[in-house]
Amino acid sequence: MKSKKVRVLAIPYAVWIVGFTLIPLMFVLAKAVTSPAGGFTFDNLLAIFDPVNRKSLILSLLLAFISTVMCILISYPVALILKSSKIKNKKILMFILILPMWMNFILRILAVQMLLSKNGIINHFLTMAGLSPINIINTPYAIVFGMVYDYLPYMMLPVLNCILAIPDDIIEASRDLGANRLTVLRRIIIPLSLSGIGSGITMVFVPSMTEFVIANILGGGKIQLLGNIIEQEFSVTMNQHLGSGLSVTLMIFVLLTTLLFGRHEDTNKGFVL
Amino acid sequence: MSKKLIELNHISKSFDNTLVLDELDLYIRENEFVTLLGPSGCGKTTLLRIIGGFEKPDIGSVFFDGMDITMLPPNHRQVNTVFQKYALFTHMTIAENIAFGLRIKKKSDAYIKDKIKYALDLVNLPGFENRMPDSLSGGQQQRIAIARAIVNEPKVLLLDEPLGALDLKLRQEMQYELIRLKNELGITFIYVTHDQEEALTMSDTIVVMNQGYIQQIGTPECIYNEPENAFVADFIGESNIIDGVMLEDRLVEIGGQKFACVDTGFEKNEPVDVVIRPEDVELGEPEGGQTEGTVTSIIFKGVHWEIQVESIIGITFMAQTTQHFPVGKRVGISIIPDNFQIMHKPQSEDEEKLIEE
Ligand SMILES: Nc1ncnc2c1ncn2[C@@H]1O[C@H](COP(=O)(O)OP(=O)(O)OP(=O)(O)O)[C@@H](O)[C@H]1O
Ligand SMILES: [Mg+2]
Repeated sequence: MKSKKVRVLAIPYAVWIVGFTLIPLMFVLAKAVTSPAGGFTFDNLLAIFDPVNRKSLILSLLLAFISTVMCILISYPVALILKSSKIKNKKILMFILILPMWMNFILRILAVQMLLSKNGIINHFLTMAGLSPINIINTPYAIVFGMVYDYLPYMMLPVLNCILAIPDDIIEASRDLGANRLTVLRRIIIPLSLSGIGSGITMVFVPSMTEFVIANILGGGKIQLLGNIIEQEFSVTMNQHLGSGLSVTLMIFVLLTTLLFGRHEDTNKGFVL
Repeated sequence: MSKKLIELNHISKSFDNTLVLDELDLYIRENEFVTLLGPSGCGKTTLLRIIGGFEKPDIGSVFFDGMDITMLPPNHRQVNTVFQKYALFTHMTIAENIAFGLRIKKKSDAYIKDKIKYALDLVNLPGFENRMPDSLSGGQQQRIAIARAIVNEPKVLLLDEPLGALDLKLRQEMQYELIRLKNELGITFIYVTHDQEEALTMSDTIVVMNQGYIQQIGTPECIYNEPENAFVADFIGESNIIDGVMLEDRLVEIGGQKFACVDTGFEKNEPVDVVIRPEDVELGEPEGGQTEGTVTSIIFKGVHWEIQVESIIGITFMAQTTQHFPVGKRVGISIIPDNFQIMHKPQSEDEEKLIEE
């Protein structure tokens, strides 16, 4: 009875998955293992070992990794402070923290560009204060800044949710049993928030790794992430087969991270998005 | 008598400008089983949290074994708490839960292993080492919470309505187990409940609280038989609480009729509260009693009948007897002088209001 109802409700979802995920994925896979001439080939997949592509992949992984770590380093203390504060309506504060997420993504990146550019707002204030201006626009640093700015809410939300959901009496019980604040953090809060961090990593690392718009705008077209190369194969060079091959390679990395960090999610109870 | 282990001096505490504890004084002796008893919201948990170190009093101080511990954080107190909602660490096995405090104290693995086994035997859950808390029933989780606290050999165990979530049968079983534990371990128990029966069964000393004040401290017998005011009488067991006037020593008037009692030391004609336990209201033949009345209701309560009698002096008495009296029957009512409890009326209007609630 119940399972039948569930199955009926699952139909639109199934149609969606098949129509918009599975079928396009098949196309991509098919193109990835064929040459423009039509024959079967592994060249498109092996193209990742080409020095240019390999360098882009490593840079993509590196920037995504740094962005993710920075998102954790920013979110976690904020969540801890919110948890221990006596503020009554923490959900409202949480809402304010993730408010930027409601703004258009491109607009946000353009705003970051204005902030960071040579004659931008930050440099304006730096010169006013008599300090030397910084020159980070069109560098990987700017891209990391943009990624962190853009994806922070996706880390903040699950981490905050997870930490706020830890019952106070569990923390008090550990204090009662002799734990100092550091032990509480190490043995209670961190283990109980791993699922939130896991979801956060998946939701920040995956888009960061496949990113190309941020790199275009904040990297000034000079920095090639793997996402940029794939984009160009599709829109400039028009070699869809090579583009698909690189996409599949990237997908394997995405899959690996999801498997590595996403496995906590099923044990995650307090998590709502 | 054993020495005072915990002393609370003039403790006051308010939340958001509402006074929750008002200049409260209390001491607890070593090896005592003390129960804090009172209606919901009277400040029992707050008091317990102050002893545990989770709340700081606004005014006043907490002494432990002669040392001022008011400002000491919970992890430095020789006190362990059993929380109302168990508060087990859901990400750890039962063994890890129980070992938590011992690991912090850097005990050896062998010692910890022994202790876990000992504690699980003590709470009658041997072999539960590798289970996860979620897979245990409420009663089992509660017992693990107790085991987790006692392996640390605290001087004092604080228990906040530990049996509140359990069904009646399990609750009674756990009451016996707690008393057994207390006797075996020789630690001081401070126990919070709003269940008067539980308090009467388990305690050496009961502290009856209402709205941040201590109403009475005493042994269960003393609290039951000689309640100091109408609130205590009403809260502990069922009572007839009747307005009366103390005419002179050993003579009280209720409903215009004089009754002999044993109380002395009241002002002449002082208005008083007269408390009579239902089991002390004796029913018999209409002619034989001090006054008479008509049975208006009778309810079977298992061991006894609970009977409402409307008397000719205008007072409705509740009586408990093993005899059956049909509704409408005329009965005689007698109460022996020993069974009248005479109490001063509450002083302020505030206190009056508390009692009516
Ligand atoms: N952290 C807090 N913030 C604000 N008010 C609080 C806080 N803790 C307790 N109170 C208030 O203090 C009063 C006493 O609370 P307390 O928890 O001590 O009652 P209790 O006697 O344990 O009641 P119960 O039997 O329902 O558990 C209540 O009115 C409660 O609302
Ligand atoms: Mg309480």
